[in-house]
Amino acid sequence: MSELSVKHLLGIKYLNEKDIQLIFETADHFKEVINRSIKKVPSLRDITIANIFFENSTRTKLSFELAEKRLSADVINFSAGQSSVKKGETLIDTVNNILSMKVDMVVMRHPNPGAGIFLSKHVKASIVNAGDGAHEHPTQALLDSYSIREKLGDVGGKNVVIVGDILHSRVALSNIFALKLQGANVKVCGPRTLLPKYIESLGVGVETDLRKALNWCDVANMLRIQNERLDISYFPTTREYTQQFGVNKKLLDSLDKKIVIMHPGPINRGVEITTDVADSQQSIILNQVENGVAIRMAVIYLLASKIK
Amino acid sequence: MSQKVLLSAKEINIILHRLACQLLENHLDFKETVLIGIQPRGIFLADRLTKLLKEEYGVKHIDLGFLDITFYRDDFRRGDKPLEANKTKIDFLVEDKKVVFIDDVLYTGRSIRAALTAIQSFGRPSEIELLTLIDRRFSRHLPIQPNYRGRQVDAINNEKVKVHWKENEGEDVIYLINK
Repeated sequence: MSELSVKHLLGIKYLNEKDIQLIFETADHFKEVINRSIKKVPSLRDITIANIFFENSTRTKLSFELAEKRLSADVINFSAGQSSVKKGETLIDTVNNILSMKVDMVVMRHPNPGAGIFLSKHVKASIVNAGDGAHEHPTQALLDSYSIREKLGDVGGKNVVIVGDILHSRVALSNIFALKLQGANVKVCGPRTLLPKYIESLGVGVETDLRKALNWCDVANMLRIQNERLDISYFPTTREYTQQFGVNKKLLDSLDKKIVIMHPGPINRGVEITTDVADSQQSIILNQVENGVAIRMAVIYLLASKIK
Repeated sequence: MSQKVLLSAKEINIILHRLACQLLENHLDFKETVLIGIQPRGIFLADRLTKLLKEEYGVKHIDLGFLDITFYRDDFRRGDKPLEANKTKIDFLVEDKKVVFIDDVLYTGRSIRAALTAIQSFGRPSEIELLTLIDRRFSRHLPIQPNYRGRQVDAINNEKVKVHWKENEGEDVIYLINK
């Protein structure tokens, strides 16, 4: 029987191809479970999980909490906004205080890249990275690949383009690692200013012409412009960005083939994609959200089985 | 490690016919009854009995499902490796139905305990019975007994009963293995 090669999920970078397949196969079973009328299994009834969010989140936090509850784990939630972090407590102190309440696993989102890795070296619990700055967001990349696998049968050999703010995006980086690991071809597309200088060293192609990129791909993953991370002006106006890198129905219909549209959310409707694209038959945005719960159940289940 | 044959293909065949007849006696047309094979090993026996009931005993329709109990087990994190799940396939309601659990070997009873919890996710059966090909007497951890049993075996704890099926291992045979 197989198990994950890691004790924490800190990033896709630390996983191998087998880990990803194991997570997907486990998620298949949980997807069946969450479609039953009673959506809960008692597997993790002796596990306590702390969701620690130092940064805002709706989807990811709800998705993790739901996944934990469907596995019957006890859940405590913590948001930095209403906590002693404001009073000057350090990260390790905060987490160790929570852990002394006998918590087995920590799901953490933090604005600093590497926060999860740092924590995993100093505390005993299993750490799941729910996004660390512009570094990684592994569960998002897993659910994205899982959704592609569900829609197209396989990820290997597919052409995937990631469009938008690649520079500040943890979703982009985790997706690149995950897709490459599974043998997909990856291109990034966006304004030159928002493409990292050495991105090609990760084995991805670069394209600045959106139409060309869309004609090449099977799947387009549309990212949001992360205004909260833009310290300087990377493009003249939002309107100009939309004209060059936004997908609308007219553009989508004019392509040679029907491509799949993905978006990690939250969507800025009318900026990176228009409403009719987001709600079209080609969009699998809501499937991604549903799959997010199954993927997070699988990750938590597999990591929990390593807690002794 | 030594092994001896507990039941041969011929003996298994005779037992399967008897079990099918016993099921028939209690459930007749299987209109209010569903058969549930317990994953992973119970599905072969469940399949075989369903086929037998249809082909040899003229039952027209039987609802057959497969139930995976992995997420309901009580030994999660007690073994070395994570428990790997199998497919659950129950595409009918068990509400108010008579459910017959089918598994190849009844040992500690913990799998059946898990199955009793798991089946609740699919409704509230009016009644649950248990059919097992091999009943390892004296090894039970829980007060669970089969309603239908193929053969009772007095195996000691370091012995293992291994059921081979034609569909999976190429032949019907049951071994008693001394570890």
